[in-house]
Amino acid sequence: MPVKVMIPSPLRPYAGKRDSAEFAAQTVGEALGHLTTEFAELRKHLFTEDGKLRSFVNVYVNDEDIRYLAKENTPTKDGDTISIIPSIAGGTRT
Amino acid sequence: MATTAQLQTGAKPVTSLSNEEILRYSRHLIMPEVGMEGQLKLKSAKVLLIGTGGLGAPLGLYLAAAGVGKLGLVDFDVVDFTNLQRQVTFGTSDVGKPKSEAARARLSNLNPDIQVQSFETQLTSANALELFKDFDVIVDGTDNFPTRYLVNDACILLGKPNVYGSIFRFEGQATVFGMPDGPCYRCLYPEPPPPGLVPSCAEGGVLGVLPGIVGSIQAMETIKLILGRGDNLVGRLLLFDALGMKFRELKLRKNPNCPMCGTHRTIHKLIDYFEFCGVRGEEAPGPSVQVPEITPRELKARLDRGDDLFILDVREPHEYQICNLKGHLLPLGELTRRVHELDSSREIVAHCRSGKRSAEAVDFLRKAGFRKILNLKGGILAWSDEVDPSVPKY
Repeated sequence: MPVKVMIPSPLRPYAGKRDSAEFAAQTVGEALGHLTTEFAELRKHLFTEDGKLRSFVNVYVNDEDIRYLAKENTPTKDGDTISIIPSIAGGTRT
Repeated sequence: MATTAQLQTGAKPVTSLSNEEILRYSRHLIMPEVGMEGQLKLKSAKVLLIGTGGLGAPLGLYLAAAGVGKLGLVDFDVVDFTNLQRQVTFGTSDVGKPKSEAARARLSNLNPDIQVQSFETQLTSANALELFKDFDVIVDGTDNFPTRYLVNDACILLGKPNVYGSIFRFEGQATVFGMPDGPCYRCLYPEPPPPGLVPSCAEGGVLGVLPGIVGSIQAMETIKLILGRGDNLVGRLLLFDALGMKFRELKLRKNPNCPMCGTHRTIHKLIDYFEFCGVRGEEAPGPSVQVPEITPRELKARLDRGDDLFILDVREPHEYQICNLKGHLLPLGELTRRVHELDSSREIVAHCRSGKRSAEAVDFLRKAGFRKILNLKGGILAWSDEVDPSVPKY
């Protein structure tokens, strides 16, 4: 059973409108690598130009923030859920 | 990790209720979890609502109905028709009135036994500490990043709880920041996203009930803080997906290196939050990039003259259904992939709703080698104002 990556609604337009995707991956970084290979337009929303995860994008394995685990090297096992939680500000002001 | 949080209130507690109040709060008083003791705590409490919009509506209504003794309402905005789809404090007759005052009138009518004070002002670094200092709990129901960081920092500097709620389309988040051992907003998000990277215009909109649900969760957390009952959301980020009708929660940890609430605080006063967030403020939206423009009147004149112009509509298909200028629909999010559909030898006028997304499209296409491309200034909204009022504004 692979790892499930949950895609939040602000990023779905860049991920073929999908709300999740599944990949075989040993680490969080590997799963996000697969994700941004499949959906290239997601890359700039998640990573800086030098390939670092952006500071305003929080990533969780199950309910734990990877900043307090091993960051992108955090190991994943089959059945884990990776959640991408970007900051959202609130209302509808455009 | 659930935390039972006890609120420290500075005010002198109220010691009795009138017979009318006892009748009004009867369904609270007969619950042992509230009772007379809890109802008096509510009556002694002072809660400041930042924003009286979508989240602020259920917050204000439920906190007023529950008998929170003093409610402060901070909002500088005016009620407009597009608010009524979700901001249930307001009625059609409130359109055009200042929100803080319209909400004050509604809440005072709902519960004349409480004190409701409106502050018709924009929350700024200059007034936040002064406004917050007389209140026990601050509830963040704003709609923009600069104010989120400002509310957080002011709460940490004053040691006040910050009941946080946020929504986007059909998803919501809620938690409680600013409790002594709990995390703050900067622990969750050390930095704001740069403008432009978080979809706003193109992906905007919100299901009207969503702020009702998230604002109600904030109201519940506020009341629990005041009562000192139950497990609060301190240290937990509650996520709500309205479409899937799912609640999830993530662990929120206090960041020991947090510049605001960590052991070595590096922020000791309020800063310029618009600068911090890389925006000039809500009153000057405008395109984030500078590109060649054409005004709606110039475009009309050129079309009437029979000029060969290719109208490129970079909005979403569902927006095209509301109204359109018969342009070629190619949503901004698909531009990179579908750029080959465009002929760079033709003169192109790109437009969206307000001119912001199309400015990004023009900027992108210019970088891709398109030379004859203009942005319709003010978008379809300006077209409706200046050329054809039969085109609806949304």
